[in-house]
Amino acid sequence: MSLLEVRGLTVTYAGGAAAVRGVDLRLEAGQKLGIAGESGCGKSTLALALLRLLPAGARVGGEILLDGEDVLAMKWGRVRAVRWAGASIVFQGAMHSLNPVHRIGDQIAEPVLLHGRATAAGARRRAGELLEQVGLPAARASAYPHELSGGQRQRVMIAMALACDPRLIVADEPTTALDVMIQAQILRLIEQLVADQDVGLMMISHDLAVLADTCDRLAVMYAGRVVEEGPAAQVHEDARHPYARALSDAFPRIGDPSSRFAPRGLPGDPPDPSALPSGCTFHPRCPVALDSCTTEDQHLREAGTAWRAACVRIGRDGPDDAGPARPREGVPSPGETTGPGKEARPRTP
Amino acid sequence: MTPSTPSTTALLRAHRVHVAFPGRRGAPDARAVDGVDLDIRRGEIVALVGESGCGKTTLARTLLGLVAPTEGGVTFDGRPLEYSGRSLKAYRKRVQLVLQDPSGSLNPRHTVYDAVAEGLRIHGHRGDEQAAVAGALSRAGLRPPERFFLRHPHELSGGQRQRVVIAGALVLEPELLVADEPVASLDASVRGEILALLLRLRDDLGLSALVVTHDLGLAWNIADRVAVMYLGRIVETGPVEQVLTAPRHPYTQALLSVLPEAPGDPVVLTGEPPDPSRVPSGCRFHARCQILAGGEAERAGVAEACRTRDPGVLTGDDTAQVACHWAAAR
Amino acid sequence: MTSENGTIKEQTALAVPSRSLAWRRRRDSAARFWRQYRAHRAGLFGLAALLLFALPALTAPLLVGDDVDSVTDAPGGPLEGPSAEFPFGTDQFGRNLLGLVIWGARVSLLVGLLAAVLSVAIGTLIGVTAGHFKGWYATVMMRITDWFLVMPTLVLAIALATVMPRSLLTIVVAIGVTTWPTTARLVRAQTLAVETRPYIERARALGGGHRHIMSRHVLPNVMPLVLAQTTLIISTAILAEATLAFLGLGDPTVVSWGALLQDAREAGAVSSGHWWYLVPPGVAIAVVALAFTLCGRAVEQVLNPRLGVSR
Repeated sequence: MSLLEVRGLTVTYAGGAAAVRGVDLRLEAGQKLGIAGESGCGKSTLALALLRLLPAGARVGGEILLDGEDVLAMKWGRVRAVRWAGASIVFQGAMHSLNPVHRIGDQIAEPVLLHGRATAAGARRRAGELLEQVGLPAARASAYPHELSGGQRQRVMIAMALACDPRLIVADEPTTALDVMIQAQILRLIEQLVADQDVGLMMISHDLAVLADTCDRLAVMYAGRVVEEGPAAQVHEDARHPYARALSDAFPRIGDPSSRFAPRGLPGDPPDPSALPSGCTFHPRCPVALDSCTTEDQHLREAGTAWRAACVRIGRDGPDDAGPARPREGVPSPGETTGPGKEARPRTP
Repeated sequence: MTPSTPSTTALLRAHRVHVAFPGRRGAPDARAVDGVDLDIRRGEIVALVGESGCGKTTLARTLLGLVAPTEGGVTFDGRPLEYSGRSLKAYRKRVQLVLQDPSGSLNPRHTVYDAVAEGLRIHGHRGDEQAAVAGALSRAGLRPPERFFLRHPHELSGGQRQRVVIAGALVLEPELLVADEPVASLDASVRGEILALLLRLRDDLGLSALVVTHDLGLAWNIADRVAVMYLGRIVETGPVEQVLTAPRHPYTQALLSVLPEAPGDPVVLTGEPPDPSRVPSGCRFHARCQILAGGEAERAGVAEACRTRDPGVLTGDDTAQVACHWAAAR
Repeated sequence: MTSENGTIKEQTALAVPSRSLAWRRRRDSAARFWRQYRAHRAGLFGLAALLLFALPALTAPLLVGDDVDSVTDAPGGPLEGPSAEFPFGTDQFGRNLLGLVIWGARVSLLVGLLAAVLSVAIGTLIGVTAGHFKGWYATVMMRITDWFLVMPTLVLAIALATVMPRSLLTIVVAIGVTTWPTTARLVRAQTLAVETRPYIERARALGGGHRHIMSRHVLPNVMPLVLAQTTLIISTAILAEATLAFLGLGDPTVVSWGALLQDAREAGAVSSGHWWYLVPPGVAIAVVALAFTLCGRAVEQVLNPRLGVSR
């Protein structure tokens, strides 16, 4: 039995925006799954849905099985028990997730006390232990959030997530606002904690390279669906879906001459969940779209062992033609509008 | 494909710039910029990289004239910057700013047209304002421009807002653009287009740029030269190909080693950059330096120098330089 | 919004195109404002009540005739109760009270509006400049503001009204110069908040000076607050005017609700149970003050946190 299994999850917000449109995922204990995507793709919604933290008007469908139990069908009391003790979340924007008028030691002890796991003294001791685990001295428990730096606050958030010994930790953009060095420290800490305590980790980010470095498997989301899922290194280096490839190319590898003076991106913007394009939702921005893409929606196809991607090109003309390594003549590759001698082609904004 | 070769005379030059912010109630001054020489030539894109608190944002604002240096000076096109109202205003027509957060950079009550025309109105533009605004929007990639005139910032996406900000800077036909984290708040897939725009502006209009960022990949994508800052000083500078593939300063080496796809073992520095009001003695990086901590500096015989002697201020030109005793001894 | 605007070629050169754009924008935002305001029931009620008072007030000369306050030509007997001929009864001179209340609306509303405009103008000017320039200027201004804030407004207004000649202008000035501090403090706080936003720095980077930043950026962002304040201060001003008139400091030649209340008291209406003399002016003051307050709150809610849809 998997630690986490998501089946056909759909989430529609009160205003009609379809944030998640059918997502299937699986995560085993001790495994690390990365969810990559940009704004509006539904990844944060997915994270909130796991613990039923969505706002009141949201309609949720499908199943979320945490250790075999469907979170969406649980009674309210059970949900509250599962929150934090079964699965916990490290929220995005840790700077603002801490209450500025309470000491951090009290905030870490809060879930421990709420779940009735210890007395006040025991909770304080536990908070000290957790701070040590995340690399902060236990004496810092008496500090207020504003006395800590960004990296230190993120560590506090991680300590809070560990407070009730959860089986699953969901980290939503844990390093996005942090410097490169602090980001490396935090990622290293997360990896070590996950290995020590054998928890499952679901990490959400827009940086494919960071996810590929840390996680075992990667799922790329676009417009509420998973468009590619497979082993992390393969999805990052040789993505089959054009969007996953573009996301991977957006952050160049330093030292790679092909990305020197050639920033790569996609035209247009991530789609608005309340106004999605027809057919394959990626087709307006896809560099290798076919005519059929405007009308036919795509579903995940097998692209290798334990590897799936939702593109019509998979397996069509042979597996090697699946990804847009260099598209055909006449079709501009993303971002290739620069360099001397190349005329800038106006794109519809 | 080689970029257009920049000319050799500096367009914008910072000379021995120090910017110190007074500490409150007897605390020592925060030395945000602690001695920097930096030249930017015509048609050149220079990336100023560093982590938060290193002073790169303060340096950028000093170069723009928004902050006056406590020591040293800024020269533009051969003439030193004067801080009087009139000469600063004239300076603004030639050097423009693009900020990080496009949603905050635009007044939510103004339309796109007003936001772009603002610069023209401030400087009393004679001639067809509407044509100038439309031209700037087109050059920034928003076509057809008329479609955007009456929109408000909240009706646009992040990438479009950033283009509006760039158009607002372009409408004054500046010679140099200072961009502070121009793509940090944008989605990854939109990043490429904005960076491509900056490159195109350099190629088509000869626009120079100083891009302030913490993202080394951005420097790799579009910059000719890179300057790495740490605690108010530039610790390494030079052509991007050289500095980013063969870094000599331990800090640069550490920064590059922790990037996800970097070869070799990551050097994860412990702790955080110290306070600008408490700059360490000697080489300001020595307290966190992996070379010193690992004993290599001792073996090279420079450990004492690292602790006691300041490696000095690098010159602003385009040669590859590094402010490190150990690197100099090799 | 698209092709209607036309391409550059189609526009006649220098035919003030930006002004027509500005008008279209204003029209669009006014329509949007009205649509949002309409959703507030309390605000609509307040607006309806105001119209109910404003229309008779504006048409008073036609509706009632301008001899309603003539003592010598009084149509009815003294202190007659409400009847078909005199729905509000008569005062001690036999004048039609309904007519007097309608005439009184003119003065009360006018004085209230003028005084509020004066008060908000002073407050906004001081608030914006103090917030923008900071330094010693701001310190001095805020200390003056605090001083005025602490002073009991009514006492100060009475003092002013007694030393100045008795007229409506005096009342307007007296109320205006004693109620501006609240606005000043609010506007200053809002100015400080607005000036931390990145677009102010951008305006400076574009070359904008003090005047440009205060007028093009700070003021439009402070305007919603100012507008809401204006409507709230109008009700304060109307009450203040009524109080001053009641205390006998108003212009004795004009009819206002406060003056009516004073006349009523002098005529002994309180003790002799002539309620029709007291109730209409009193209720009118209360309803108008309430109506302005409701409108002000609705305006505040519409204009305040709305920055549109985020993506």
